[in-house]
Amino acid sequence: MKFGIVVFPGSNSDYDTYHAVVDQLGEEAVYLWHKDHDLQNSDVIVLPGGFSYGDYLRAGAIARFSPIMNDVVAFAKKGGPVIGICNGFQIACEAGLLPGALLRNESLKYICEFVRLRVTSTDTIFSNRYEDGATALMPISHGDGRYTADSETVDRLEGEGRVVFRYLGGPRDAEEWWSPNGSMRAIAGIVNEQGNVLGMMPHPERAVDPLLGSDDGLAIFESLLSRVGV
Amino acid sequence: MSHFRIAVHITPRRGILDPQGKTVAGALHTLGFSSVTDVHVGRYIIVEIDAADRSEAERQTREMCEKLLANPVIEDFEIEHSHPDGREPAGGPGRHPDGREAAGGPAFSAGRH
Repeated sequence: MKFGIVVFPGSNSDYDTYHAVVDQLGEEAVYLWHKDHDLQNSDVIVLPGGFSYGDYLRAGAIARFSPIMNDVVAFAKKGGPVIGICNGFQIACEAGLLPGALLRNESLKYICEFVRLRVTSTDTIFSNRYEDGATALMPISHGDGRYTADSETVDRLEGEGRVVFRYLGGPRDAEEWWSPNGSMRAIAGIVNEQGNVLGMMPHPERAVDPLLGSDDGLAIFESLLSRVGV
Repeated sequence: MSHFRIAVHITPRRGILDPQGKTVAGALHTLGFSSVTDVHVGRYIIVEIDAADRSEAERQTREMCEKLLANPVIEDFEIEHSHPDGREPAGGPGRHPDGREAAGGPAFSAGRH
């Protein structure tokens, strides 16, 4: 399976994603320059983390107008799998691929730490390799991760099983939802209505090797392998 | 064609948590401004644009807001009425282009250097 990793000016998780796909998953990956129009027959598109265009105006607001985003949106509309990680999640929201927006963390501070997540939906092409109710340890690294949407939208996401990851634990009660960044209902990752676009603030591509502290992120990439086929 | 400076205010949509505004409000309370009930921190953007007339410049700026400058999911925007460089606003000096009285001259005078 071929993963196309979009490289924007300011992307910084593109190499991590490449490492996850090629070295850990054993699949093929190509970098896709944001000014190109060719997805190079990729089976999956990854919008990686980083600070595209310096996060000017709003995180992801400028990147969504990069030339390649037209092709990424068309790919997604046809059902092609797209993963937006961190800044990629922000870009996917700005591009209208996912509902809602990501605002400045409630604490107004940049947060860089491992968080525990609850996999709240295993019925997606991105999460079918997790066991029901599984927890996953992954790092977050963002200043603008507060997921926000109107309450009807969030109700719908929950009702349709489209909240895939929730932040779990906290200083007091390890089993309670807890938003490190102030996200509504502790939402860490969602899929679109068709289920082929995943956006998440935590970094699965940085949790693919016990040496890095966790390999709980690898299952997302493995899930894609088992559903999308090679 | 005339040159216009169109000002846009972008503010967090009401009801959306604005931690920056809350923090500033807290600081104002600490300073003794106890009557402050709320603060909203937004963004102020000035677009310099050449257009046939003011309404055309504002129409284009509105489109820019809808497409890029503001995110309708979380933000509201407001375009200030403006006037060409070096000219009095329509309605005569000291009046806002839309006819409102403006205290101390045009409500928006950034268009005149």
